[in-house]
Amino acid sequence: MKGRRGRPTQSRSMSRTFIILALLTALLLIYAAYAALVLAPTELTMGPVQRIFYYHAPSAWTAFLLFFINFIASVQYLVRPNESADRFAKWAAVAIGIIACIAAFVVPLPAGIEPSSVATTGIVITAAYFLIRRYFSEQGTDILALVTAEVGVVFCTIVLITGPLWARPVWGIWWTWDVRLTSTLVLWLIYVSYLMLRRFSTSGETPKLAAALAVFGALDMPLVYFSIWFFRTQHPQPVIGGGGSIDPRMLRVFAINCLAFTCYAGIICWFRYRIERMQRDVEETRALEALLEPRGAASGGAQ
Amino acid sequence: MTKAFITPSGITRATLIKDLRLEWRSKDAINAMLFFALLVVVIFSFSFDPTAEESRHIAGGLIWVAFLFAAVVALNQTWARELRNQVLDAYRVSPAPPNALFMAKTLGNFIFVSVLEALMAPLFVIFYNLRVIGSFPQLLLLTLLGTWALVVNGTFFAAMSLRTRSREIMLPLLLFPISIPAIIGMVNGTTAILTGEDSALFWLVLLATYDLVFTTGSLLLFPTVLHAE
Amino acid sequence: MAESAATIVSITGLVKQFGRFAALRNVAAEFLPQRMYAILGDNGAGKTTLLRSLAGLVQPTRGSIKILGGTPREVCADLGYMAHPTLLYDEMSGMENLRYFAKLYGISDEVRCADLIRAVKLDPELSRPVGQYSQGMRQRMSLARALLNNPKILLLDEPFSNVDMRSAREMVELLSRLRGEGKTIFIVTHQASLLEGVADEFVWMDSGRIVARTRTFDEGLSRD
Repeated sequence: MKGRRGRPTQSRSMSRTFIILALLTALLLIYAAYAALVLAPTELTMGPVQRIFYYHAPSAWTAFLLFFINFIASVQYLVRPNESADRFAKWAAVAIGIIACIAAFVVPLPAGIEPSSVATTGIVITAAYFLIRRYFSEQGTDILALVTAEVGVVFCTIVLITGPLWARPVWGIWWTWDVRLTSTLVLWLIYVSYLMLRRFSTSGETPKLAAALAVFGALDMPLVYFSIWFFRTQHPQPVIGGGGSIDPRMLRVFAINCLAFTCYAGIICWFRYRIERMQRDVEETRALEALLEPRGAASGGAQ
Repeated sequence: MTKAFITPSGITRATLIKDLRLEWRSKDAINAMLFFALLVVVIFSFSFDPTAEESRHIAGGLIWVAFLFAAVVALNQTWARELRNQVLDAYRVSPAPPNALFMAKTLGNFIFVSVLEALMAPLFVIFYNLRVIGSFPQLLLLTLLGTWALVVNGTFFAAMSLRTRSREIMLPLLLFPISIPAIIGMVNGTTAILTGEDSALFWLVLLATYDLVFTTGSLLLFPTVLHAE
Repeated sequence: MAESAATIVSITGLVKQFGRFAALRNVAAEFLPQRMYAILGDNGAGKTTLLRSLAGLVQPTRGSIKILGGTPREVCADLGYMAHPTLLYDEMSGMENLRYFAKLYGISDEVRCADLIRAVKLDPELSRPVGQYSQGMRQRMSLARALLNNPKILLLDEPFSNVDMRSAREMVELLSRLRGEGKTIFIVTHQASLLEGVADEFVWMDSGRIVARTRTFDEGLSRD
């Protein structure tokens, strides 16, 4: 659907699918907003302001999902040309899934983390790796990386704006070095630098450089989280987003919003993917024409 | 004609010695860099004028920010000589392993930035009336690990920014976000040791992990960056 | 395309595009060992791109190059490359430069470096940094660097440009001798007259294609 090469023209059925999905997503978003503003119970201590949580947290979830896909796509782009690296990456992906499943039930986990979520995360990583490998060509993975980075930065920006907006009325301060929010800020910085690299690069192999940067970013994130976490244990401050148990009705609204945002992100990414794909196809066609026709007609570039 | 076996360490050593010799010859660059480091310390001292008690708490942050700026200026020069006359093409065409070159450049930067730090640190001690309450060997180890963290990624991103417009601004742009965990570690570790109030053990482990992860990552990905057109 | 056993370089369907600009359009050719090939053409014809592709500095958009039985990167130890930028450190002397670049090929033989410098009619004892050489001296030192690893194939991009007549002639003599010793030499140049009577073949390029291959320079001129 997304990544078939050699199909520059859009078939009727695909655009119809897109419109239907877009409409469904719109409906889902409207319902999710209604759920957040009306259906969800008002929080005891924070009052109506707390409803921003249904905008803030699902955005974070969506941003992390998109950046995760970017990471997998970047790894794919780097390893695919090299056979031994490709094989190694495949085994690593499988190993992660297996180890996560085993560790979830064998290793004692820190408080608040369910074994099922660890196992699910591992399986999702493995599944995502092979799905992307199956459905995206080499160029496709590069476009996927670009698209998820762009849309991810947008959702990440929403998280960073809604965070302080929430914190100010509730705790009286704009910013606290809250672990999750600060980690999100660093993630945002890394991906903005990723987009800048893409824009400023003059190399013919920009996708490779960008993919390398994405891998560095992914390696960095656990270290970012731990460094801020430890710093915070030494300097405790209010936690934005709250911890502890959550009312099941609120959880349901949260889940609906997560689903709505994910669908929304999916639609935008799909759309952006098509545009980028079309642009590249046009470039390729023009380049092929330049190849065939005698020089002088096409404008020259630097040699 | 006897052809000796190509050893990466041999190439690293030869490149490092060549770089150090060239730096020594063109002393202008070193002098300018040292003077810049001095200026940074002085300006910081004017901007933040704490009491002796407060200074121990904030000096960690100030020192490392100053080191960071000095390091970026040094890192931007990493490949300057190789860019002239397209010497990098000579590397790319030779069978020499790219990582040997990378290690040589990183070690060279490490030495250079350490020299800058060795100059700036005593000045900070003087201007801020600092006294190390915690363990000095620990502080030394922290500084070594932290400097390596900056330098290994800095050399890598300096190579990446060779292929971009606005080369000099791209380096810090790429380096700073990725270095945040290392900076947090350096600053908090230094503060912990200077004030003697906390243990710096976690930060040392964090920095060691950071160094390991990113040295490996850079070594794996540098050939890709070097050979990118 | 059938490959004769003696072919040392075989180019098939080589395309190189920089965005929309096609520097090389479907170049196909075979080259034999122990020959000197002069590559000629106007600016923008693709000569430099072709040479850099042979050196492995430029990756083809499409097509392939087989050199000494492998890709250029695989056989880089047997290639010597020289271009208009000297690929030398301006701040070091000639001998220091060669000594260093020799290490990249695993060569620690200093006598060899000195011999090479003498072969290009320069003085190994000269301590002046290369940046202060004349253009002719620079080109000659750059050639010495390209010869360090005793390459089987030499790739030279404009070796005679801005070089005085005497240096140029001496370089041509040296190259001719090297060909006699078994090397295959590719020279991109605008001064084809220097190679008249010396080069085995003149390869004419235009708009990213090889348009003619002639035995003599005059033949190629008269084909228009």
